[in-house]
Amino acid sequence: MTTATDIEKKKPLAGLSDSGAYQKLLAFASLIVLLIGFSIASPNFMQTSNMIAILQATSVNGVLAVAATLVIITGGIDLSVGTLMTFCAVIAGVVLTYLGMPLLLGVAAAIAAGAFCGLCSGTFVAKMKIPPFIATLGMMLILKGLSLVISGTRPIYFNDTPGFDLISRGSLIGEVFPALPIPNGVLILFLVAIAASYILSRTVLGRYTFALGSNEEAVRLSGVNTDAWKMRIYALAGAICGIGGILIASRLNSAQPALGLGYELEAIAAVVIGGTSLSGGRGTILGTLIGALIMAVLTNGLRVLSVAQEWQTVVTGAIIILAVYADMARRKKSG
Amino acid sequence: MTKLVEMTGIDKFFPGVHALKSVQFDLEPGEVHALMGENGAGKSTLMKILSGIYQRDGGTLKIEGRDVSPTTPREAQDLGIGIIHQELSLMNDLTVAQNIFIGREPRKSFGRLDEAALNAQTAEIFASMNLNLDPKALVGSLTIAKQQMVEIAKALSFRSKALIMDEPTAALNDAEIAELFVIIRRLKAEGVGIVYISHKMDELKQISDRVTVMRDGEYVGTVDAAETPISRIIAMMVGREVKEEPLDVPDLGDAEISLQVTGLSRDTEIQDVSFSVQKGEILGFAGLMGAGRTEVARAIFGADAKEKGEIRVHGQVVSIKSPTDAVKAGIGYLSEDRKHFGLATGMNVRDNIALASMDLFTGAGGVLNDSEISDTAKSYIQQLGIRTPSDVQEVRLLSGGNQQKVVIAKWLLRDCDILIFDEPTRGIDVGAKSEIYKLLEELAEQGKTIIVISSELPEIMRLSHRIAVMCEGRLTGILPGGKDTTQEDIMHLATQRAAAMQVTGTVQ
Repeated sequence: MTTATDIEKKKPLAGLSDSGAYQKLLAFASLIVLLIGFSIASPNFMQTSNMIAILQATSVNGVLAVAATLVIITGGIDLSVGTLMTFCAVIAGVVLTYLGMPLLLGVAAAIAAGAFCGLCSGTFVAKMKIPPFIATLGMMLILKGLSLVISGTRPIYFNDTPGFDLISRGSLIGEVFPALPIPNGVLILFLVAIAASYILSRTVLGRYTFALGSNEEAVRLSGVNTDAWKMRIYALAGAICGIGGILIASRLNSAQPALGLGYELEAIAAVVIGGTSLSGGRGTILGTLIGALIMAVLTNGLRVLSVAQEWQTVVTGAIIILAVYADMARRKKSG
Repeated sequence: MTKLVEMTGIDKFFPGVHALKSVQFDLEPGEVHALMGENGAGKSTLMKILSGIYQRDGGTLKIEGRDVSPTTPREAQDLGIGIIHQELSLMNDLTVAQNIFIGREPRKSFGRLDEAALNAQTAEIFASMNLNLDPKALVGSLTIAKQQMVEIAKALSFRSKALIMDEPTAALNDAEIAELFVIIRRLKAEGVGIVYISHKMDELKQISDRVTVMRDGEYVGTVDAAETPISRIIAMMVGREVKEEPLDVPDLGDAEISLQVTGLSRDTEIQDVSFSVQKGEILGFAGLMGAGRTEVARAIFGADAKEKGEIRVHGQVVSIKSPTDAVKAGIGYLSEDRKHFGLATGMNVRDNIALASMDLFTGAGGVLNDSEISDTAKSYIQQLGIRTPSDVQEVRLLSGGNQQKVVIAKWLLRDCDILIFDEPTRGIDVGAKSEIYKLLEELAEQGKTIIVISSELPEIMRLSHRIAVMCEGRLTGILPGGKDTTQEDIMHLATQRAAAMQVTGTVQ
């Protein structure tokens, strides 16, 4: 049995290491096994350039998965993270390319648009009591449509905004350590993850996020304005999707309005593989990061092994089911 | 006559715990044998062994003289052991008959269901129980009492010779309990043996023949129910004599009126309820289930809407539209259902205590001061004697009494001086109950205003300085506390239906 002092000592960034430790260990072990397996299977896999490609591929999905984690811990779900990302990218395109505003303003506009849309979803869920699945499903379609309408269904290029592509593709780390040309997109993912983890474990917003997922009615009857807090969490998740929008637009140097559908499921898959409970109250950002990495490693590794794209999808699906099954088997044992 | 069930020397180990230590228990046909003990005494574990949910690690189990070892609930059913769990396990959207025959529905060819036979067989069982219930009614539309009857019918449909009832009256009102007892007596007469688990002492006297008491996983003794005084049974349970101290109603004089409710109304659930409570007073709310007491509390607290009514706190009119408003006005509400409405059970003790007061610990940028939360929680753990290994223990792992104390700590920290306790000792064992009572009395002495809603008359009489009685959404009277008021006086008001209503008591 763990004694009080043991737990005290760990005194964790709870979001990073507290609950679901076993599942994260399992997920982390799976990640290592995958890495070792693929490097034995193909010498090309363990190349620095390939590792960086994997990290780069993780960045967008990782950021969206962090956003989804916040909402899922409240006991909700967010299906709109993918199309919201696209919508924010389109907004950045409008501000930067159509209006010719400075770079920072475009970034700020994208994040603000994300926060606003998140706030809308939050309002539907908290004030209008629409189930999160439905509210964000509606939002997903609305945003997909709006992205197409605003952009006139054509991509918006950022050729007139010098430096925009460097947001994701440049490498500040590489300038200091030329041996490690880790792209900025990855750096941003880690900054977002650390910030989200801090918010979850150390702030009142984070504590209420877990409390809402654990027992919303008890929180309400404690005199907490649950609606307001829930709206804030959705807005925060939306803002993070805005960052995701900047990342993808920067990587493609364009806002692709038709993109986005399907990203939400990849994000939710990463969250689930990372051990966050879909019924709320439990979850960690570190787990989500590992989940996102596992998905990227799988996709990349299978491609390096020349497995057909179709089969990659099948394997990913199987992994999700396995991951959740392992988690449930563990819970049954300990509960 | 062979005994129906005979368990001797039963041992059970869980990782790190010796849960049952050589326990014995027996059941005769046609008797009601009550199984008593504080929470955690091992009653449920013993009954789970009997009903095949757990396997014993030692000892013998005989059913009708034969050695048996049921390994699944189904095997136990086949041996004639039925169990009715405290939390009913019925499917609300299916009909009564569909529930009773779930898993063994009568079929026609090609796997088609034979609904007619299903309903006919169910009707037969109800007829044998002398129960007037429609097999085609949806279970969700029935009262809890009726649902309990369905559970019993289901157990009987397996031709159970022994029936285990785990706190069957926990959610029933007096009329429904009487109904249940009629059924139990009829089953008894037919030779069914009944194991009756309950915390309510008065019921034991009414219904049981023998009482077996367990404590800390050990067998304490078996006594005759009729001849043994309740104090003796309680003493066996807690290992000491519990003395009921007579209630001393303090003279509050003209102490400030801290809460005044006037004309509170909603629909037919709450009809023109007016009362006031003084600082330092404990006002009891008595009444049958569904009398509207919880509704009144929730309306005052802003958890549900109200249509009319004025609430004054310390003389000031306050507008309460949500629990947030109520908490601001200094009103705390402790729900009867801690698990659903009181605690974030997946979270730890520390966060639950701080749940209503996070703003006290929030610094710049919404950052929480966890060490301060911890220190505060620890001081309440000590002050209220909450038994927990640490302040980061998950609350779901605490006993009912300690969970209740965590909720109390939450409101004390919020500095609420008007506390509404709804069934404060439900699901809490005898020893912890008197601790909670003492705590409430201390709070009143410290000048808090306490409202206690309880369906247990002895509890109301034990605590209340004044007793408000409700019936069908109306406040039918307020009686003085102490020895001048009898249980009969309260029941008289609690059953005073609108048509027969006359002015009695003094409505303040």
